[in-house]
Amino acid sequence: MTGRNGPRIDLKVIADFIKPRARVLDVGCGDGELLEYLELDKQVDGRGVEISQRGVNESVARGLSVIQGDADTDLVFYPDKGFDYVILSQTLQATRNPKEVLTDLLRIGERAIVSFPNFGFWQVRLSLLFRGRMPVTRELSYSWYNTPNIHFCTIRDFINLCDEIGATVESAMALDRDGHPIGVSMPWWFWNFFGQQAVFVLKR
Amino acid sequence: MAAPRVRTSNNEANEPTSLVVRFGPDHPLRLDSGKTLSPFQIAYQTYGTLNEARSNAVLICHALTGDQHVANPNPVTGKPGWWEVLIGPGKIIDTDRFFVICSNVIGGCLGSTGPASINPHTGKPWGLDLPVVTIRDMVRAQVMLVDHLGIDRLFSVIGGSMGGMQVLEWAASYPERVLTALPIATGARHSSQNIAFHEVGRQAVMADPDWCGGRYIEAGKRPEKGLAVARMAAHITYLSEAALHRKFGRNLQDREALTFGFDADFQIESYLRHQGMSFVDRFDANSYLYMTRAMDYFDLAADHGGRLADAFTGTKTRFCLVSFTSDWLFPTEESRTIVHALNAAGASVSFVEIETDRGHDAFLLDEPEMFAAVSGFLRSAARARGLEELA
Repeated sequence: MTGRNGPRIDLKVIADFIKPRARVLDVGCGDGELLEYLELDKQVDGRGVEISQRGVNESVARGLSVIQGDADTDLVFYPDKGFDYVILSQTLQATRNPKEVLTDLLRIGERAIVSFPNFGFWQVRLSLLFRGRMPVTRELSYSWYNTPNIHFCTIRDFINLCDEIGATVESAMALDRDGHPIGVSMPWWFWNFFGQQAVFVLKR
Repeated sequence: MAAPRVRTSNNEANEPTSLVVRFGPDHPLRLDSGKTLSPFQIAYQTYGTLNEARSNAVLICHALTGDQHVANPNPVTGKPGWWEVLIGPGKIIDTDRFFVICSNVIGGCLGSTGPASINPHTGKPWGLDLPVVTIRDMVRAQVMLVDHLGIDRLFSVIGGSMGGMQVLEWAASYPERVLTALPIATGARHSSQNIAFHEVGRQAVMADPDWCGGRYIEAGKRPEKGLAVARMAAHITYLSEAALHRKFGRNLQDREALTFGFDADFQIESYLRHQGMSFVDRFDANSYLYMTRAMDYFDLAADHGGRLADAFTGTKTRFCLVSFTSDWLFPTEESRTIVHALNAAGASVSFVEIETDRGHDAFLLDEPEMFAAVSGFLRSAARARGLEELA
């Protein structure tokens, strides 16, 4: 959901967290790229939800079990513990109620894998500081008036939210602009400054 | 195309120009009404070849006024099969790979036992003495046909509208026999608005003096006017305002000015009259009463304690639902309700809503996005089930 044309550099990182043959729900699955990869490479039992009709139609034509739906309203229809992993990739910032969505993810899945663009990234900070304008980068290519992204957060903000809803961070990773993990031993403030995006694995 | 043949006798009802299987007194059909139908017959068509593993059978379920002639010229009208756009050699449902079966439903008028068939107990047409049939009864009869063909598991059950109801019923009642299910432009129940439209149609039929209390065949009459009106009203519900406007607007029919009378001044009037009159040539009025009743009675949630998800508990069937944005007979919300129930049941489900202004009838037409979804779904299901040769 970030760049309209930008590569989804977080997908491989997410896939590495997932065990073979797991039950996976990908919320905001786009055109089904990640799901297809997971089905072919990890033989997962995959399902998807996507808000755009074009994404759904492309996914279904790919042979994926994907339905049209909205993370904000449709997660309530999924049963408790129905999946091993629920993925929310680059979608959290586009939800109306990120807190409720996250809570639902942890109800539906044994684990939730969440990736999001880090608004604490140094380029974003500098853009606002020096240019005084809402940042438009390769990954955040929308202007303020047409962006679907309404709830940006930083890595620190996200960790606070996890605390608030009682989620445990099982693993986390910050990625630089090229999608490479940033030194695992680095402190949070470092990730928060140099991470272009973050991937979190959460447990209840 | 062969010249349309007006059906003056009820030959197609008893001796159809298609395959037919007759079930004797030892194989009665048990009906939801508590009655049984015996003996009875099912008329059907098949296309393609059943493979050795008997794993490539696809059952197509027809809609309210459809029949078994899904992919061959209709013997009554001479027109192409009603889903030839989708089914045939090299098409989306490829008859070079799949063994396609389509039966005329119980209560129909093209060879399966229906009100126009001869009641073996009296030697006269059944008329309204035929017990009321339900969607589940239709499916029970189809199960007997599939058994007769020696098929344990259907690779897919596919249908739109009333056919989609049968698909849902198959998946709910015989999950272990259905690998994939494709309910298109349908709902898990008939809405009160839909029942209302059907009631208008039935009242039109029964108000026709030629209906003769349902015994018009013996009286040598046909309630053509009533049935035509029923079809005209129903036909409007199959289209959309946008499609009607695009096609007809307020254009006049073969004239320059209004006639200040009640002829068909407008093209839309002329079109509906034509639809109504061509329908009475191929369809039996009593059958129309039975078919509409079957749809009205359909309520899958009610059959499962009021909770739709319970109809699909533990199902292994893979579902793909399709709806159309301009369908106001079975709006997208109806499909979404089914999707939510399937989610709650943990089922594997795909769902696409196709953007089109062609209304409910879109499922019968050339809709490339629907074809892409159906094709992708069937291909991946074949792959997942290890039916590589079908993929």
